[in-house]
Amino acid sequence: MPYHEIQVRPMREELTRLGVKELRTVADVDAVFANASGTQLVFVNSVCGCAAGGARPALAMALAASRARPDEMYSVFAGQDLDATARARSYFADYEPSSPSIAFLRDGEVQHFIHRYMIEGRHPQQLAADIIAALEGLTEPTPANG
Amino acid sequence: MTGFVMHPGHHDLHGITVVVETAGPLTYVARFDTQDERGVHLLNVATHDRGAPGPTLDEFLVRTKKFGVKAAQKYLLLPQEQVRSIRKLSEML
Repeated sequence: MPYHEIQVRPMREELTRLGVKELRTVADVDAVFANASGTQLVFVNSVCGCAAGGARPALAMALAASRARPDEMYSVFAGQDLDATARARSYFADYEPSSPSIAFLRDGEVQHFIHRYMIEGRHPQQLAADIIAALEGLTEPTPANG
Repeated sequence: MTGFVMHPGHHDLHGITVVVETAGPLTYVARFDTQDERGVHLLNVATHDRGAPGPTLDEFLVRTKKFGVKAAQKYLLLPQEQVRSIRKLSEML
């Protein structure tokens, strides 16, 4: 059952103030991913204190420490915005749902995926290093993207 | 920021995705909830059966690490006497 909005707003804002755009509806998600091109980071947010409580600061640390950026950054909130989250997951359906998690996509294809199990129990600084590596892999020029 | 919050008073593995090997053919990958006199309480449980046709346990774990935990059960209480080992999925293979 979703938490009261007042409880989760700080968790939303922890991402949006980094420049991450929240997708709250199925229409929001489809508008972004139905014809996706370029590079995207999709953060599946969660209220889980032990995992998401480390993952959000880790993303902030990664973005502060690295210049590597995807073209776009989005989030959906698992357990809160149920339909939007389910729709977003349908765009990376090979990957089992877990939250928090982070998908890194190029032209709609998953290039890297950080599952919840890769987040649990780790310090945000450790996870930030993984995010930086994924972002650098995502954004480095390839023969296909020049 | 909301901070890096663990769960005081909970088992060290609470919330962690673990691989639970049993004395029998079944191995479980699941989120550890707690452990008490009744056994180990697991959430979002995927199962590998060594006795069934299909991928080996190593293949199952490699796939699980790449694509995530394909949970077939929301909850499982595993009696303690059936538990041979509990390890973090992140530390496997």
